[in-house]
Amino acid sequence: MTQHIDSVKAYVGVFIALIILTFTTVYVSQLELGEFHIIVALLIAFIKASLVAWIFMGVRHSSKMTRLFVVAGLLWLGIMMLITFGDYTTRIWDYTPQPWSQKPTVGGVH
Amino acid sequence: MATIVQGTPEAVAEPVDYLNVSHTWKSWLFTTDHKRIAVLYLISITLMFVLGGAAAVAFRINLLSPEGVFSAETYNRLFSMHGIIMVFFFLVPSIPATLANFLIPIMIGAKDLAFPRINLLSWYIYVVGALFAIYAVVRGGVDTGWTFYAPFSSTYSNSYVLAAAFGVFIAGFSSILTGLNFIVTVHKMRAPGMTWSRLPLFVWSNYATGLIQVLGTPVLAITMLLLAFERIAHVGIFDPNIGGDPILFQHLFWFYSHPAVYIMILPGMGVISEIISCFSRKRVFGYNFVAFSSMAIAVLSFVVWGHHMFITGESMYSSIAFSILSFLVAVPSAIKVFNWTATMYKGSISFDTPMLYAFGFIGLFTIGGLTGLFLATLATDVATHGTYFVVAHFHYVMVGGMVMAYMGGLHFWWPKITGRMYSEAWSKFSALLVFVGFNLTFFPQFILGYLGMPRRYHNYPPEFQTLNVLSTAGASVLGLGYLLPIIYFLHSLKYGARAGNNPWGAAGLEWQIQSPPTTFNFDETPVVTEEAYNYGPVEEIVG
Amino acid sequence: MAETIVPVGHEPVGHEPPPEVTHLRHHFATTEQQLDASMLGMWTFLITEVLFFGGMFTAYAVYRFMYPAAFASTSVYMDVWLGGINTAVLICSSLTMAMAVRSAQLSRERPLVLFLILTMIFGTIFLVIKYIEWHSKWVEHLVPGFNFQYNEAPQYTHHAQILFFLYFCMTGMHALHMIVGLGLLTYLLIQAIRKVFTAYYFTPVEMIGLYWHFVDIVWIFLFPLLYLIGYHHPK
Ligand SMILES: [Cu+2]
Repeated sequence: MTQHIDSVKAYVGVFIALIILTFTTVYVSQLELGEFHIIVALLIAFIKASLVAWIFMGVRHSSKMTRLFVVAGLLWLGIMMLITFGDYTTRIWDYTPQPWSQKPTVGGVH
Repeated sequence: MATIVQGTPEAVAEPVDYLNVSHTWKSWLFTTDHKRIAVLYLISITLMFVLGGAAAVAFRINLLSPEGVFSAETYNRLFSMHGIIMVFFFLVPSIPATLANFLIPIMIGAKDLAFPRINLLSWYIYVVGALFAIYAVVRGGVDTGWTFYAPFSSTYSNSYVLAAAFGVFIAGFSSILTGLNFIVTVHKMRAPGMTWSRLPLFVWSNYATGLIQVLGTPVLAITMLLLAFERIAHVGIFDPNIGGDPILFQHLFWFYSHPAVYIMILPGMGVISEIISCFSRKRVFGYNFVAFSSMAIAVLSFVVWGHHMFITGESMYSSIAFSILSFLVAVPSAIKVFNWTATMYKGSISFDTPMLYAFGFIGLFTIGGLTGLFLATLATDVATHGTYFVVAHFHYVMVGGMVMAYMGGLHFWWPKITGRMYSEAWSKFSALLVFVGFNLTFFPQFILGYLGMPRRYHNYPPEFQTLNVLSTAGASVLGLGYLLPIIYFLHSLKYGARAGNNPWGAAGLEWQIQSPPTTFNFDETPVVTEEAYNYGPVEEIVG
Repeated sequence: MAETIVPVGHEPVGHEPPPEVTHLRHHFATTEQQLDASMLGMWTFLITEVLFFGGMFTAYAVYRFMYPAAFASTSVYMDVWLGGINTAVLICSSLTMAMAVRSAQLSRERPLVLFLILTMIFGTIFLVIKYIEWHSKWVEHLVPGFNFQYNEAPQYTHHAQILFFLYFCMTGMHALHMIVGLGLLTYLLIQAIRKVFTAYYFTPVEMIGLYWHFVDIVWIFLFPLLYLIGYHHPK
């Protein structure tokens, strides 16, 4: 049984990084970024989560199988969100039936 | 057929096995033996099956006359309870919690599942969930259908939605724990030499099922929870009056419930692979394809759920994508059917009861699967959605497929589970009853649906009466076909002939050990040196 | 207690007691197999948690996509300070939890007990702050289904109600996980005081550690999504 024991330095380093990133995300949220606001916020959250998983949870010492499981979990969450959004982002469908004599109109023409 | 190396079996007159090792109540209710837990599950799901079946009998009687016998409310509660009990408390746990629970550790050469106590916990959770569902029935039932669609279930229904939804929520955790246990067991508990490419296909299909259970069921849990909040406090999340979207409920619900169809059918496919191979005395044709098609089904099943929502407000573009993806998922299922057929080709086929069920499975599942393609076609679905065509389709898959496989598996492994043989004549007769009764029940429903009879109505126009009467007649034959096995199985426990360790001359580790097995299955951990289904050239049956 | 969090049932009849130190259970061949199985089981459990919370995150994403302005209007009620402090508190607790696992790996009994207690203290602080926040929402009549009144922007009343429901649902589920985690830590603490954990056997510490970090990760996403929406919007 081989155990990998991380140094205290690594843990404290991650801790400091996490605190700094928390300040960053609060600061960045006050800037005028428009649409990018949410992207930046999620990106920072993702980096923080990765740090926790990689060091604190020891994914960096874990087997390929464990990593595959972690990735699969995130992938499935992605599938759920992506496909659900496939519906919500394309719902606009303004099809108006027309008599034979006229061309059918698709896409918001009334 | 020496597929394993192990110690010599004990030559004692009355060998100790997992059943007679102890007879106290406590030894059953606190057992961590996967075989005993499988038996506990077997008893509980049979009770739930009888309950769900009784509801079906009642509403089939109602449909004998166009005006109906019961009130609309009673009828709605009957079919809802039938659906909820059969789906969540019978079909989902059926093969995984009983046969697979019993067999997976033995098939891979382990003493038990990876987490025996979690296995027991899952049974207790199941029982608590079932009690909630039964409570809902006793108090007066649920009328939402098994799908619990909001906002009807959250706002308008005057029935015991909360109790039933909570039962489903709880039972979900038992399903998660079973799946988790199987995944870890298959990964970590295999005997030396039991490589992935030597795993019996039954193990493969239950592994794939475990993945679906683990990935899908939590979403059902949160969906039921959101529904409960909505019903209790009217928070508005699924209420269109304040901008909530009921279709979101359907998205979340079907994200679980379409894959759940494969939780129900995949283990059945595994059983069929075992049976066909054994009674054709041949290795399963295209082992790798059958194994990987299980995995492909597990993955693809998660990207097709929108085909249940074609006639809701779902986006048209989304529907088109779901339609195409639904066609894709038919491919791995078809691979399995073709490979089973190819396995039988030039095999030495014998017509024992399990094989009869397997034949039934292949035919009925094919019909069920192909009519699924009709429903995955957008334009056809608009016409047939919500009609008896859908009812017939999923009963061909679930009952014609899954329950057939379950019955086949029970008849196949009964001698291993109990050490006793059941009556051959009665079992063949009841297999025939099930097949005839099933087709008589559900084939008319295809025609009814095609003619436009909507599902979930307690009355119908008089011109549909003939077909409905036929269907009810079939249901009584089918009911008898399910009742008989309960009787002759129980009878065999006491009066059945001793089955011996390997009554079918089958390959596989489970047939190399004593019947019934000892508590830890193997005296010594077996070392596997050969592939699964090593039947070699057609040879005489070893008794 | 090798692989299960909730102990149920007894050992099978005729079962020999496991080795004192490694806690190897009868159906495993080696301690390595037992450890691997436990860890894989824990990770699989965490995947189910990802999808459990995932359902709520999906609902959140859908409604935020549908009603962005209503969601942004709620930011005045979200206390970024309290949320931020709670984030820091949770990060601290994650550090102490990681240190606790490390102490167990090195068979250091006293530091293990100390770090477990610290983790529990941080967890409790988090819950207290959470309670303060919820209480102020209650006072401000912002609890959907009970006393919801949205005076900030009446035209958004309905849609903001959905966001506040999601806020309570998500933070509530998260808090529930914290409470369960504190229960598990109490169990660990008792075992640690009894000197059960050594370098040969610390699986429960490691598994509950994974759970704790996971709950931290959920918060890491909840914080920006709930507290920093529309923070940049001028009132
Ligand atoms: Cu489906």
